[in-house]
Amino acid sequence: MYQYNDFDRDFLAVRNAQFRAQVERRIDGSLTEDEFKPLRLMNGLYLQLHAYMLRVAIPYGTLNSAQMDQLAMIADKWDKGYGHFTTRQNIQYNWPKLRDVPDMLDALGEVGMHAIQTSGNTIRNVTSDHFAGAAADEIEDPRPTAELLRQWSTDHPEFQFLPRKFKIAVTGSPNDRAVTKAHDIGLRMVERDGEKGYEVIVGGGLGRTPMIGKVLREFLPKADLLPYAEAIVSVYNLLGRRDNKYKARIKITVHENGIETIRDLVEERFAQLRPLFSGVDQEMLAGIEAQFAAPDFKTGSVAPFKAAYHEDSVFRSWVDTNITKHRNDDYAIVSISIKKQGDTPGDATSDQMRVMAQIAREFAHDELRISHEQNVILPHVHRADLPAIHARLKEVGLATANIGLISDIIACPGMDYCALATARSIPVAQQIATRFDELKLEHDIGDLKIKISGCINACGHHHVAHIGILGLDRAGVENYQITLGGDHTETAAVGERAGPGFAYDEIVPAIERLIAAYLDLRVDADERFIDAYRRLGLAPFKAALYPEAKANAA
Amino acid sequence: MSKPFTPKVVTANALLEGDVVYLTADDQWSRRIEEAEVIDEAAHGDLRLLHASAQADVVVGVYLAEVAIENGQPVPTHFRETFRTKGPSNYAHGKQEHL
Ligand code: HEM
Ligand code: SF4
Repeated sequence: MYQYNDFDRDFLAVRNAQFRAQVERRIDGSLTEDEFKPLRLMNGLYLQLHAYMLRVAIPYGTLNSAQMDQLAMIADKWDKGYGHFTTRQNIQYNWPKLRDVPDMLDALGEVGMHAIQTSGNTIRNVTSDHFAGAAADEIEDPRPTAELLRQWSTDHPEFQFLPRKFKIAVTGSPNDRAVTKAHDIGLRMVERDGEKGYEVIVGGGLGRTPMIGKVLREFLPKADLLPYAEAIVSVYNLLGRRDNKYKARIKITVHENGIETIRDLVEERFAQLRPLFSGVDQEMLAGIEAQFAAPDFKTGSVAPFKAAYHEDSVFRSWVDTNITKHRNDDYAIVSISIKKQGDTPGDATSDQMRVMAQIAREFAHDELRISHEQNVILPHVHRADLPAIHARLKEVGLATANIGLISDIIACPGMDYCALATARSIPVAQQIATRFDELKLEHDIGDLKIKISGCINACGHHHVAHIGILGLDRAGVENYQITLGGDHTETAAVGERAGPGFAYDEIVPAIERLIAAYLDLRVDADERFIDAYRRLGLAPFKAALYPEAKANAA
Repeated sequence: MSKPFTPKVVTANALLEGDVVYLTADDQWSRRIEEAEVIDEAAHGDLRLLHASAQADVVVGVYLAEVAIENGQPVPTHFRETFRTKGPSNYAHGKQEHL
């Protein structure tokens, strides 16, 4: 894993001291809220519905045990004993007190973490595949690229006041687990004539105008990454619309100017910038890559795993659902579900965080990841250790076998926490998960992505869900709109609106009708919901959602 | 003709804790909407808002929230404001802890 150096530590210490002074000046009245707000946002501190919220970046979702332990300590000491993992590989604390935040930031700094650029119109936390460095299908570990981009973008003076927030995601696998097509810049590692480089995608995004990104460059040599990224962001910085917040993202710039124009401008700027990059960046990259070397994989018999798999059906079900193929056959990637049915999606208690940290330390080469699907990953686990890990997880309610199933729901905080929300998300997720658990249908339904957002900002990724749910305010009551057929993978697509929204107490029954229709319509158990939807189109699912409309028409 | 004035309360978030607070008739900030001063008249609302906004070292984001009177007490008319009186619905971590 990447180790931060003295320069990084000093940088964070100075920055935190600065913020501490700003907080003091706010409290003693010498800074107004208008003056203070941009300063607190630069340090990840929001004011939400019921309290402040501190958003901490977890660069490309990678953590070690010490960092996870520190997140738990912070949750206990300055929050309410838990944290919320988000779709952007961040952790959010929902209850900090203004006076405590500088201490929280110092505690983060001790383990090389911070909240810089987790808000504001700047380049946000660079996200990546949560299976990076471990996945069997990987061309190359995308994290050195993400780390290089992180170093380049952090406090980059030219990019602190962009027209709008800017998000970059990187994947090193053809199977895209980083939703690259819904980012301002998506980078996909590709190989051409034996050389590795990137396919560069630009102008994807969700929010009120969801768009799938377009290919800007089919092949970018690795050595050209920073000057090319700088060219894209600087073209956007000039061209992006600052007159209208809703049209300010690069997706609109690309849409309004056309991808060809953007490409010409980027290439022109790139030609100017390229000579300015002397190669130091490539030396840095080489240094970073060395730090991401694979751990010393253990050797040993996997017989204990095989025995447990045959004897224990609960363990077997967990393995079948939560384990992914590792590039080393004796190893496995474990996805720990923090979506136990009925719990708040993405929340982990401090005890759970400590248990996960301890497991990583003992069994998993000290590495953890946060996925954009709000789960925690142990990327490198020897198969012989799986039974012990499962037993430990079970003790703290973390052994739910539901990865990729109907209860593995992404949900934004919604009206329970978020000041921008128009409806709640969390209770809807809780009810759907609980309902299908009662019906014992989860495993039969199979692979299904439900994602819920509490407003059009789409932080819960509902547009790219197989079944998306968007909470709205209709004449002062909560109302939920359903979209169908979205896809967050390499074949990304934006879902289609199914029809009028549903009241709060109508949404779970509506989802139930939808799932019943799917179970009825599918060719066999191997045909996933999304496949059935693609084969049949909206009509039969719409009929299930709105039976009365069908009755009226008849 | 302008719309008839409907009852309102002055609300904000506390600067130090971030909690939702309401302005009382005796110029305190209470966490309980029941203790809020109910404002029945536009001009008085403007005055109270001005008074509240001047307390930038105590509260953040002052505004008037619509209420109805039930059993002699103010209750929010919009569900967002109802959530603000209670705290989140997934844990009893907000005001529910104290109320
Ligand atoms: C609670 C505080 C939050 C605030 C104030 C907030 C605000 C926003 C806003 C205003 C947008 C729309 C931006 C635009 O299109 O220009 C947005 C988008 C987004 N946010 Fe949040 N958000 C919050 C929490 C979260 C959380 C908890 C997550 C993850 C669960 C998240 C992830 C995202 C994502 C993925 C998008 C849309 C993708 C895109 O950028 O196109 N946000 N957010
Ligand atoms: S989608 Fe809306 S409600 Fe949900 S976190 Fe984002 S801004 Fe808040």
